[in-house]
Amino acid sequence: MKDLVNKSAKELNKLFLSKEISAKEIVNAFYKQIEIVEPKIQALNSLTKDLAYKQAEELDQKVSRSDKLGPIAGVPIIVKDVLCVKNYHATCSSKILENFIAPYESTATSNLWSAGAICLAKSNMDEFAMGSSTENSAFKKTKNPWNLNTVPGGSSGGSAASVAAMEAPVSLGTDTGGSVRQPASFCGVVGLKPTYGRVSRFGLIAFASSLDQVGPFARDVYDTALILQHMSGYDPKDSTSLNVDVPDYISKLNIGNLKGKKIGLIKELIGDGIESEVRKSVENSIKILKDLGAEIVEISLPNVKYSVPVYYILATAEASSNLARYDGVKYGHRAQGTKEVLPMYTKTRQEGFGAEVKRRIMLGTYALSSGYYEAYYKKAQQVRKLVTQDFLNSFEKVDLMITPTCPTTAFELGSKVEDPLSMYLSDIATIPASLAGLPAISVPCGFDSKNLPIGLQIIAPALSEELLLSAAYEFEKTCNLFNKTNMKVSAVVVG
Amino acid sequence: MITKEQVEHVAKLARLSLTGEEIDLYSKQLSKILDYIDQLNEVNTKGVEPMTQPIPTVNVMREDLVKKQFARDEILKNAPHEEYGFFRVPKIGE
Repeated sequence: MKDLVNKSAKELNKLFLSKEISAKEIVNAFYKQIEIVEPKIQALNSLTKDLAYKQAEELDQKVSRSDKLGPIAGVPIIVKDVLCVKNYHATCSSKILENFIAPYESTATSNLWSAGAICLAKSNMDEFAMGSSTENSAFKKTKNPWNLNTVPGGSSGGSAASVAAMEAPVSLGTDTGGSVRQPASFCGVVGLKPTYGRVSRFGLIAFASSLDQVGPFARDVYDTALILQHMSGYDPKDSTSLNVDVPDYISKLNIGNLKGKKIGLIKELIGDGIESEVRKSVENSIKILKDLGAEIVEISLPNVKYSVPVYYILATAEASSNLARYDGVKYGHRAQGTKEVLPMYTKTRQEGFGAEVKRRIMLGTYALSSGYYEAYYKKAQQVRKLVTQDFLNSFEKVDLMITPTCPTTAFELGSKVEDPLSMYLSDIATIPASLAGLPAISVPCGFDSKNLPIGLQIIAPALSEELLLSAAYEFEKTCNLFNKTNMKVSAVVVG
Repeated sequence: MITKEQVEHVAKLARLSLTGEEIDLYSKQLSKILDYIDQLNEVNTKGVEPMTQPIPTVNVMREDLVKKQFARDEILKNAPHEEYGFFRVPKIGE
């Protein structure tokens, strides 16, 4: 059983197809692992056992009848609790949705179930995906499997930690300003944010609609590509979903195309505020990329330094509007004991939202309010345009860009809770690609002296996920940290 | 700087009732965040088109067809207070 949880999604699918193991055995093995590690990691909000065993049984029956199986048949997945899985809780780790049962299925998950994947559990997150440490969850504090005193990152901290602790080979997160890439970096796994519009947002509970994207976590680039492959695609139910073909990422992984590629190191994101050990690790990654035949050039994106302030106006403004729906009328928590509707709204929202969500609703409402709209909201939209233009200009000169994913490695639980601004700065390197809607990946690239993982971020032009993935795949092969990841994490969480 | 009065005004717009402690805290924290955001004033944005989202899609249209999406009782299952097949709310207005 222990051997099974070490396997990648690719390997599990192979074992299942060759009839060496049944889907039920896979599910049993991962629930056993969850039982062992979950008390320490606290990555999950709920298990979806009925669904997992139902999906497994269907798969096993298909095998016995020799029916056609989906391309990722038998692959177990953990889903961030912000995505709707029909008839299961979708809490967003918020009290206001604590008892909400999703009446429909998100397109991203629906695509994966059609491809043969199995839903194991819903993972913990920062409330409404607002945060960088998962400490804003109303329910529990997820721990980083590498060091239980540190945060897993956020907002998709539960999904990242669960994959690092082998509760599943792959998981889904969502990324608005870095919420997949930053926790991937902190937990030593791979995390990808697709191009805006690549994956449908239907059934993803909205935080900031012009930025939100669903993205996969895995312990290697191949599995990341596999999940992206089968969840992507046009969806008429999401008007921002792009009506373009999804390339075959898997077949293009091996094309070994770093040779002769020009990679831009973004000057503004490697200087001040980046921990020296992180910088050293990125410098080492540059050596690896050069050895693989890439040319590294330093590039300047002059407006990229404004990304964090732009983001915290736009994302909070959109959130203040999106979260207006939680009023205690149609679903979710309703405050008791109010006699009129207006106090019912305000008390419901007071009781149901946590501190960071309220802070962001306040900031966003302020930025949109009469007299401040031009100074904040419109200004931020204009600077967003300039940041995006910087990327477009630079992509005329380079094929890919790199930065550290985060300025630091995982920080201690509680160390940034009192200071929202310092928490926001954790996303300084991931926010720029989000503003521009570009695909970006975080791949493990080293460890600091405390043995905490460091991530390298690679950014590609819009809809160039195949280039992004193949570059990351080649880098990963040479960097070869995967076995190290497996061993060390096992030692912390099981040993 | 954002005053306590402004915090109260914004809370009212956002339909949040805040405690005295929260008003104090948000006044301090939002001031600090807005001070940081004020660096955007350095940027010359004259004539720059505001960007609403990253992709150039406009006006995505579809046929206006009536489709059955959900049974009424499925949706009402999540209602905090349901009565006679409707959402029940406290009194609105006088």
